[in-house]
This record gives sequence, C-alpha cells and structure tokens, in this order.
Amino acid sequence: MATEDHVAAAGHGASSPGPSTRPGAGGPIIEVTDLVRSFRQPRTSLLSSPGAVHALQGVTLEVRRGQRFGIVGESGSGKSTLLRLIGALDRPTSGSIRFEGREVTGRSERHLKFLRDDMQFVFQDPMGSLDPRMRVRDIVVEPLVALGRGDNRARLEELLDAVGLPATAADRYPHQFSGGQRQRIAIARALSTRPAVLLADEPVSALDVSVRAQILNLLAGLVRDFDLTMVFVSHDLSVVQRVCDFVAVMQDGRIVEQGATEQVTTNPRHPYTRQLLGAVPSMQAALAGQTAADLAASAATADTDR
Amino acid sequence: MTAPSTPPTPGAASSDRSALVVEGLDVAAGRLGLVHDVTFRLDRGDRVGLIGESGSGKSLTALAIMGLLPDGLSAAGTVHVPTAGAAHDTDVVTARESVVADLRGRVMSMVFQEPMTALNPLMRVGRQVAEVMEVHDLASRGEAKRRSVELLAQVQLRDPGGVARRYPHQLSGGQRQRVMLAIALANDPDVLVCDEPTTALDVTVQAQMLDLIVAGAAERDAALLFITHDLAVVATVCERVMVMYGGHIVETGPTERVFRSPRHPYTRGLVRASDLGPVGSPDGSSDHRPLPTIPGSVPAAGEFPSGCVFRSRCERADQACHVQPPWDGQPDDGWACVHPYDPSVTEGGDHGD
Amino acid sequence: MSAAADAIDLGALREGERRGRVNWPLRIGVILVGLVVVMAAVSFVWTPWDPYFVDGSNRLAGPSPSHWMGTDRFGRDILSRLMVGARTTLYVGVVAVGLAAAIGTPFGIVMGMAPRRLGTPLVRLNDLLLAFPALLLAIMFGAVFGASTTTAMIAIGLGTVPVFARIARSGTLQVMSTEYVLAARSAGRSAPAIAVRHVLPNISSLLLVQASVSFAIAVLAEAALSFLGFGTQPPTPSWGFMLNDAYTVLQVMPLQSLWPGLAIAIAVLGFNLLGDGLRDRLDPRLAEHRS
Repeated sequence: MATEDHVAAAGHGASSPGPSTRPGAGGPIIEVTDLVRSFRQPRTSLLSSPGAVHALQGVTLEVRRGQRFGIVGESGSGKSTLLRLIGALDRPTSGSIRFEGREVTGRSERHLKFLRDDMQFVFQDPMGSLDPRMRVRDIVVEPLVALGRGDNRARLEELLDAVGLPATAADRYPHQFSGGQRQRIAIARALSTRPAVLLADEPVSALDVSVRAQILNLLAGLVRDFDLTMVFVSHDLSVVQRVCDFVAVMQDGRIVEQGATEQVTTNPRHPYTRQLLGAVPSMQAALAGQTAADLAASAATADTDR
Repeated sequence: MTAPSTPPTPGAASSDRSALVVEGLDVAAGRLGLVHDVTFRLDRGDRVGLIGESGSGKSLTALAIMGLLPDGLSAAGTVHVPTAGAAHDTDVVTARESVVADLRGRVMSMVFQEPMTALNPLMRVGRQVAEVMEVHDLASRGEAKRRSVELLAQVQLRDPGGVARRYPHQLSGGQRQRVMLAIALANDPDVLVCDEPTTALDVTVQAQMLDLIVAGAAERDAALLFITHDLAVVATVCERVMVMYGGHIVETGPTERVFRSPRHPYTRGLVRASDLGPVGSPDGSSDHRPLPTIPGSVPAAGEFPSGCVFRSRCERADQACHVQPPWDGQPDDGWACVHPYDPSVTEGGDHGD
Repeated sequence: MSAAADAIDLGALREGERRGRVNWPLRIGVILVGLVVVMAAVSFVWTPWDPYFVDGSNRLAGPSPSHWMGTDRFGRDILSRLMVGARTTLYVGVVAVGLAAAIGTPFGIVMGMAPRRLGTPLVRLNDLLLAFPALLLAIMFGAVFGASTTTAMIAIGLGTVPVFARIARSGTLQVMSTEYVLAARSAGRSAPAIAVRHVLPNISSLLLVQASVSFAIAVLAEAALSFLGFGTQPPTPSWGFMLNDAYTVLQVMPLQSLWPGLAIAIAVLGFNLLGDGLRDRLDPRLAEHRS
C-alpha cells in the first residue's frame, strides 16, 4: 500500500471526487491484531467433551481512513464473524481490535459509545434488519435515540433524501417497501449518526440484479460524499472488485491474501484466491466460449468434496 | 387462444426430438394472473435458460411444468412431454395427479434451490436416491441400492458408499445439492428442470455443480430448463435464454445474441446492470463510474402496468406501450417490444467488446 | 440470496389468499365472546330478576315467560344469575390471565435475552413450574388462604405464569436472532431498550394468542374450582357453582345443569376460536422473518 499518510488532513479533507484522488491511504482507523474467535459446539456425547469451532484463527489487518476495504470469502470463512467483532457486537476469544487508536476489546457496552457513534452496520437481509413493527421514521433515527439525542425531524428528512427516498416514506412500515427500498432505509439508519465507518455485511446479496446496481451506486456515492470508510463483506468477488480499493481474501478463519484490489484480482498469489477468481462465472468469458466444464476446471481444487 | 405477445409455437409438426412443449401457459392465484401465456419448446439435448428477477413468475412456470403448483394457484394452457409415450400424449395441466406423479421423477425431474428442505431429514440419502427408482418400478430393491451408490459416484461425491448411509444434516450444502441432482437424474429423465440450483452455494462449489448439471443432462440427452436470476451463470450453462418479467416472456433467443445485442429494454437494462466488469481485469476495480441501472423496482404481483409490463420502468415507453406489444422476430429469437433497441446503433457507456 | 426473491413472490400470494378468505374462527370467536361480554355488561344495569331474590313458592320451575330459563332450587331466576355469573367469569379470566402475562412475559423475555449460562437454569426452573398442575395449586391455596374468587384467580394466574414465560422466551429468541436487533445493538441500544422497543412489540401477537387460549382454560378452571367448592362462594353467582347446584337435582331437573354448562361451553369455545383466529390472522407477519 501507498504510505503517504496525511493523518491530520485525512477524513474531512474536501477532496475533489474521482478515482485518482481517493488513494485510500489515510491513517489507520481500524487495527485488528491476531484476532481469534472460537465457538464451543453443543455437547453431542456424554463421554467426550464438546469440540470448538475456530471461526477466526489469528486475523491481522489494518483499515485506513477513507479506504473501501473488501473482505471476501465463502460460507464458513469467518468473514461475518470478523465484521461483527470489528463492530463490537461480539467478543473475541483473544486478540485485539483498535478503533481510532483506542482498544475496543474488553470494554463494557457503556464504554463503547465512541464506537457506536462512529461505526454503523448495513446488513444483508433488508427485511430482517428492519423491525416490522416500527415506522420508518423511528427506524431511521433509532441510533440517534439510542445515543440520547433529541428531536430529529429535520435530520430524518435529510437522511431519507440522501438515500433517495421521499419524505412521505417516514410514516410507512418496512413491509410496504420493496427490497431495494428497504435497503435504502437501512442505509439511512446507518448514516444517521454521521459515522466515520460503514460496516456492510453482504448488503446487496439479497437484492434483485436490477436493484443491486442502484444500491452499489448509492453506497459509492455516500462513501464519497460523506468521506466514509467502508468495510464491505461479500461472497461475491465481482461485487467487491467493483466497490473496494483494497481486498482481503479469507478462508477457514484466516486471511490468505490481501492487497490493493487490482493487484489481488489481476495477479493473485495465493492458490485459493486463484481458485476463487477462476470460479466466478462471467458473462464476457461465457460469451467468449467458457463452458461450465471450463469453469469447473478453473475452480478445481484438490478438495472436490466441499 | 394465443395472444399476439407470445412467440407462435415453433414448428407445428413436432419433431421426434422435442422433449417439452409448453403452449399458452397461464398461472393465476384466483383472479390475479401471475404467469401469462408462456409458450416455448425444448428439444432433447437443449440447454435453455429462464431468467428473471423476483416476481417474474419464473419459479411458478417451473412448478406449473412439473404439475407442482401450490394450493390456491391454478394453471391454464398446455404442457406436453412428448417422450412420455406416443400412445398417450399427456397434458400436465389437465391430467390427473396420479398420471403426472408417474411422469415426475421418471420423465421429468427437478432440482430445487434449497437442498436442505427438499430432502427428507429422517431418511438416509442413499435410501432417498434408491426410492425414486423403486417408486416407478424401474428397479428392484437391491438393484436400486446398487444404482444409488453409482449415481452418488456420478455426481462426484467422494466415498459414495459412505455418503449413502448418512443423513442430510450430516452433509454440506454442496453435497446435499449433489444428492438432489443424483435423485433428479436417477431415472434418466428426458427433461431436467433446475430452479436456482446453485444460488445457495459458494462460488467454487457452484462451478462444479454447474458442470455436473450440464454433463448429467448431456449424458442422458435430456432437455435442460435452467432457471436463475444470475446472467453470468445462464451465459455459462445455456445456449438459449428466455427473459421473463412480470409473468411474460419479453425476449428470447440464442444466449450470445440476447446478451450481446439485447433488443428489449428490460433485457438491455438487466444485462447492463448485472455487468460489474470482468473479474480479474484491470478495468474492473479502477472503474468508479456509476453502474447503469434500471430505475425503480419490480412491482408487487398484481401491480404491473397494463399493456407492456415493463413500461412503468422503461425509458422508451410512450403511448404505443399501453397496449400489449406484439411478438417481433422469430418464435425462438424475438422480443415483445414496440421500441426495441437497434443493434446496429451503438450507444456510449457500454463496456466495449 | 434469492431465496428472498421467491419468498417475496409467495408471500405476496399468501397475502392475496388471506385477503380473499373469511376467517371463520375469528368471526365466530368474536361473536361468542361478545355474547358473554354483553351479558356481563347488561347485568350491571338490568337483569330480569334480582339474582339474589329467593322465591320459596317457585322453586325448580321450568322455563316460562316470566323466568326464561326457569328457577333454581331456591327459586332464584337462572338467567339473571347466569348474567351476573358472566361477570365473575370474565373477572377471573382477566385477572388470572393478566397476572400470568404480567409476570410470565418479563420472565420469559429475561430468559430469552440472558446469556446462556444464566438462561439455562432459568429455563429448567420454568420447566419445573410448568410441570406443577395449576388446579392442585389452586386447591392448596384454597385450603391455606380460604376459598374465594380471589384466591382462585390468583392461583390460576400463578399456575399460568410458566406458560406465558415459555411462549415469551421462544418468541424472544426468534426476535433476538434477527438483524434488526443486531442493528439496534450496533446503534448502542441497551438491553432493556431492545426488550421494550423491539422484542415486546414483535412477540405481542404470540402473547395475544396465548392470552385468549389461557383465558378459556382459566374460565374452565374457575368453574371446576367453584364446582368443587374451592372457588367463588355462595351466594355470589358463578357458573361453576351454579353447575354444582344443579348437579344435586340432576335426576329431577336435568335442564338445570344445561344452562350453566352451555354458558361455560360458549365462553370456552369462544375464547379458543378467538385464539385460533388470531393465530391465523397474526402469524403470517411473524413468519416474515425467515431464518
């Protein structure tokens, strides 16, 4: 990565938009060191003690201010566990997470306000992430209420506008919206506290193809306009490639490769990254003659039985 | 009987090769029409994709073809499976349930999206594969058992004998989907319907699964109807595609023609919106221009506009679109649009090829 | 994944299906329960006779224009007593179910939200309480504190607490596994705030269904206790006690037991149907949270 840090100017500097002016190289904002998370399995036998699942086995990474940091991996790779740990929704078995230089792990909920303020989630399932019994107005400002901020009427309209929803949406319930609109509501909620970091967990995986592009554009625009740092978890390498400037590839609880997106996708060094890249079907390749057999061959691995 | 928007039945005289003939298929929930006038035909060995988003009616079309519509939904039109036996050319839509049940799993079979719910959790998977052969009296118990292990080996499960003795929850998602495929292929069907068979799977597993599906169908000279929302997958698997929106087939044709020069504005929007740039090429990540999108979202069932179902989201829509657009082009290579895009006029903003 | 796609598809269909179909259990339930409520309400302002008026000259009379349902063995008007008895029935039901819900719901939510190490013992404790028969508890209470309507309903209420606790816990577990709770936690919402803002509204329909079913059980239990002499004491009219009264003259006047028996049956059936109907009506919304 480039190392021309502009720690002081980072974050709120009014940089002109455009790819070249977004080096994604501010100072570190999230530092994860040797993170381990194990889950005890339910007991299945009286005689043997229950085993443990090692969801994360020593993950180290650094997210820089302004970066769009992608975490890509398949099911069971630990990518969502990692994101939840970063967002302090779960406690690691060992290891350390620092946010803006302050240790997150081991703090009680009461002492995490600095983080709650500055870090917000967008989840995968836009139906499941919105309380069906709450009106949009209450959903969107919930983080503000949680932080004890008072009346937010003006802020609400501003937020709805920012995500492209009409002000009239405020009085309706989530089930009255389509999947894409619900995800917009979830994004508005995430923006309400003016966070520095957006943690997105598969935000477009549940959406229709024609809506996915809208939400990706929206996220890209918001990240640019509000100078956000985004950590974007996805199983879909083509989405991550499109959205992120830096990518970490996870497998079985470990990061097997990380680097600038372009470098990782064009010149993958780890065999698993190569396998993952080879397995992604692409329309261009298919139209150029790639068959299912070719795809399987390029995704092939010693372990065909997964 | 057939509305002008539908492709006319291709080649009225059915050739010996035809495996599935669908004509004027409608699916409705009471008065609410969900699938309208779907007409197409599959020959043996064909690999045809049915693409659509949620609410497009693609899954209902598949269920109607299999005679598996849930309670409260009714089908009209005809679905013929010519290879079922020349003597009685059964129409799935009108035939008695017992007749259709005999066709299912023997002449036509289906692979569902979620293998966990499609398998019986209390039955060893080997038994479930064997059962589909015994049900149709195509094998004795012992024979079926031997064949079931063979089939599990064919879908490239390691240690097929061991897998046969396991229960569904002891298998991974990919393994379960292979078992589903083994069941679907057990009786060498003439028609294999796959409804989003790889959507719940990881990409590396998906790649192998797609290969198995294509190879399994090819070995049996079966017609493959592949339903998905993923255009890249369909392009990889299918030689011909049908694009569905709002319960109508809006465009159909050879995969290459449809994806390279889509004529219907919906197809074009879908192709452009789903194209995130080639993975692993330098222009993917450095390109931060906004993605092309289709405005709005898919309406809820029953809330599609009259006339052309896409006109509420279409940039080309005008007065002419208030009536249902007629079918344009060939039956197996055409579109239902009065303002189709002209392939000879190239527009900016596309990734060049 | 696009499992969501198809779920939305079918969800919309189910919605349409529901709109088209009449919810008969709910309708009949509302009518039957309404009947009992109206009877009780009217009894405050008007009854055909004074329910306590003893007419020694007119005992065990059959139905007649002046006494529509006849009189009991003391010559009291059965219809009037039945109407006042509806008050007792509803009173017992409301208090017992209210008590059970007021204690059971918070207990259940705590069980559902507590960390496993704390939650598991609580669940076992609840299972233990669940195994204890409510009727037996009521008889014990009656023996210790003296039989009365109040003891009966407190006993029935306490006996129903673990039922509510269990329902509330299972609902809470479901809600706690959703992403909107995760979102609330990431927004810094405290556990009590999550319980009140998210969990309670989302399990309310479950609780409502349970309440109407428990109501029916409470009505039946009160009748049984009164019948056994552990509930409402004479001369206050209670359906259970009226049934007990009529039982002594069953050989002579079988019609006497029909009226309170019918009233109990109508109330129990009404509340059960109401519960079924509400379940049909409210559950699909809960089913929207697919796992």
